[in-house]
Amino acid sequence: MPVDVRLPTVLRQHAGGMSSVKANGSTLAEVFEDLVRQFPGLAGQVITEDGTLHKFVNVYVNDDDVRYLDKLETKVVDDDVVSILPAVAGGSGPGS
Amino acid sequence: MALYNSVLDLIGETPLVDVSSLSPNPHVRILVKLEGQNPGGSVKDRIARSMVEEAEKDGTLMPGQTILESSSGNTGIGLALVSRVKGYHLKIVLPENVSQERKQLLDVWGAEIISSPGSEGSNGAMRLAQRLAAENPDYWFPFQYGNHANPKAHFEGTGPEIWRDCPEITHFVAGLGTSGTLVGVGKFLKERKPSVQVWAVEPPAGEMVDGLKSFDEGFVPPIFIENDGYELLDRKTVVGTRESVEWTVRLCDVGIFAGISSGASIAGAVKCAQRIEEGVVVALAADGGWKYLSTGAWTDPVDQVVARAKGTIYF
Repeated sequence: MPVDVRLPTVLRQHAGGMSSVKANGSTLAEVFEDLVRQFPGLAGQVITEDGTLHKFVNVYVNDDDVRYLDKLETKVVDDDVVSILPAVAGGSGPGS
Repeated sequence: MALYNSVLDLIGETPLVDVSSLSPNPHVRILVKLEGQNPGGSVKDRIARSMVEEAEKDGTLMPGQTILESSSGNTGIGLALVSRVKGYHLKIVLPENVSQERKQLLDVWGAEIISSPGSEGSNGAMRLAQRLAAENPDYWFPFQYGNHANPKAHFEGTGPEIWRDCPEITHFVAGLGTSGTLVGVGKFLKERKPSVQVWAVEPPAGEMVDGLKSFDEGFVPPIFIENDGYELLDRKTVVGTRESVEWTVRLCDVGIFAGISSGASIAGAVKCAQRIEEGVVVALAADGGWKYLSTGAWTDPVDQVVARAKGTIYF
């Protein structure tokens, strides 16, 4: 089941310059495994060695931050949009 | 009381208004706390006064000293008001792409503006302020992201006001910037009523985060971590620019002229109302609409407004 994964600028160099890629999985953890299979350079970038989300990374399924859902066990379905973004100081403006 | 000794005594005690006619769920009431009623025009008046007065008390801020802070607008304006009344010189590091009115208001209060690159957003302004503070140890740098007087103002003010006015509250929704409002109010409400849920709303990060070279340059506010923000928040959701603008305009139907982040906050409250069966949702409207007239939000076609807002910091 493919989901759409939006990559931040800092990760695009590891994914052939693409800003959006397809990945399969029924949970976020599986989606990330598939991502790393496709783009080995992404290993360790979003999920640290101890298997948790990098401190300064926010991951959203559709519009919700997964830290407040089920973290890496958050379920995803076809056509969900997974967005990976760096955590920065708040009050930042809109862009997309 | 209608007679005050100082304008600073007008900070806080803001009204809570029932706007349930905007609720998509007949079993969910929505109330809005109007922070634009503060004398400097936003919720940030609370932390401006609190940070300055705490520092005066513990001696880190001395009479006539220069204050340096970064802000995307409202904290700067609140500090500018407090500084003018108390006789401090204020320097504000402000991203160059904030709405014109925010700069004009800083000028009104006599604050000195130091511009930071718009592409770096609030993050860039904060980093520049940190560097300037390190180079000029004679300045007092409140650092709102790490200053405990920030959440304290909400733990001792905003939170108790909401609890007094609406003990039926089931959900609290507010924008996430420094996290001071959410952790201060959230902590107070959960201590009184552990079942209360705290929902954070944030703007899309978009191009503002493009300048980062690696995730290690990222930032989570120290006050968020030190106040157990990860445990305290129950949900964090992004509200897009279009939705924020549309709800800002809809607030006028109930007579509320609020800023665009307030539209985002209401949009979050509406999302919340759609997902629960019943409850009372309190949303925080951080400021009034005055500073956003130049966005054309209320008068121009929404596509134009969204296009214009994309390069502007409104949160």
